[in-house]
Amino acid sequence: MSIVTPGFHGRGRPAADLPPGQYLTEDFPVLSAGPTPRVPTGSWTFTVTTETGREYRWTWAELLALPAETVTVDLHCVTKWSKLRTTWRGVPLDTLLADVETAADFAVAESYGGYTTNLPLADLLDGQAWIAYSYEGEDLTAEHGGPARLLVPHLYLWKSAKWVSGIRLSHDDEPGFWETLGYHEYGDPWREQRYQGD
Amino acid sequence: MAGGTVRRLAWRVATLVDGTPETASARTMTFHVPDWPGHLAGQHVDLRLTAEDGYQAQRSYSLAAPADADRITLTIQRVPDGEVSPYLTDTMKPGDPVEVRGPVGGWFVWRPDSTAPVLLVAGGSGVVPLAAMIRARRAAGSRVPFRLLYSVRTPADRYYSADLAGPLDGVDVTYAYTRAVPDGWPRPPGRIGVADVNTHGWPADLAPECFVCGPTGFVEAVADILVALGHDPRRIKTERFGPTGG
Repeated sequence: MSIVTPGFHGRGRPAADLPPGQYLTEDFPVLSAGPTPRVPTGSWTFTVTTETGREYRWTWAELLALPAETVTVDLHCVTKWSKLRTTWRGVPLDTLLADVETAADFAVAESYGGYTTNLPLADLLDGQAWIAYSYEGEDLTAEHGGPARLLVPHLYLWKSAKWVSGIRLSHDDEPGFWETLGYHEYGDPWREQRYQGD
Repeated sequence: MAGGTVRRLAWRVATLVDGTPETASARTMTFHVPDWPGHLAGQHVDLRLTAEDGYQAQRSYSLAAPADADRITLTIQRVPDGEVSPYLTDTMKPGDPVEVRGPVGGWFVWRPDSTAPVLLVAGGSGVVPLAAMIRARRAAGSRVPFRLLYSVRTPADRYYSADLAGPLDGVDVTYAYTRAVPDGWPRPPGRIGVADVNTHGWPADLAPECFVCGPTGFVEAVADILVALGHDPRRIKTERFGPTGG
């Protein structure tokens, strides 16, 4: 069902490379639910915790020492803006999870400041996700999730947890922060999975 | 999430009932939405506009007041060169339909059964969801003390002057102008700083609920000030209005 709003013409016509309901922006808007945590790299760690409680931890220096990739990806925010061809540098989750023994199907990304978001473990693998620490050739600013954030560009951007502190693996899908507040558990922009039930 | 029982938020047809200029560049718009499910103060809606050729655009807007049965109220700030907001503020006529989906957002909300003091800090059009909280407080007969610190360019840019001028029992409203002040105004124009938040907010040891809404730079600055003044970051809820897209 769709009705015409008289007198509305719009401006752009749908670009083939935008998911439904999105519009293009050249800015990089900021969205977060609270104050921006400031995390010094000296005390920063990233921890993968398996379903059995085993922990794998990296310091900032250890993260930077891992092989990194530079990727150019499109970002889609559930608040409707999309930003195309953004360039990031970071360590693929494939690398971080390579030696992790797990039979888990699900992951919860956890952040400094308490934010969480859930996703299937499969969505973090096969070249789909990174721990990113550089944006457009510069250190990632705190506003945009620095010193390091999760980057999972094939899902709405709230899944790309800013200020990431770790990944917890689990047999069960546990809803994260926005997922318990009415947002979609998976969040595929191409299927316009914004809210629960979409 | 209760698997299988989640129902998709439906698109509903909303008809413009009334549009009133709020400032020279903003319009308060009341829509009739049959079967509106109700909402909490601070929540927003998605609007979907469809052109004759089928082209669609969606935007999110904060609700400005509690629902009045099946009527909802938004205030739209015209974004220069925006695609949607100039249509809403300048072109849309009473009787015109648009699609609406919501309410959306369960974090940046004030619940009338909450007993903690409330600090609202608004930057520009960020006052919209905060005004909804003041109106929800009044509608619920709540006696929880509220303070609103409202940063706005000039007196002519204030939203809801009649509503916020007072006297409002239990709601303190303080304006902080950034560009121009009324004659004899004690505070020189300028951005909100530590002294403003310290003087017109609540002490951190009262553990108030803090809601901050405005442009990104404003929200970042105010949230940092609140943290520096000792407020628990988990009690500082933020909503950021980007200048994008409109």
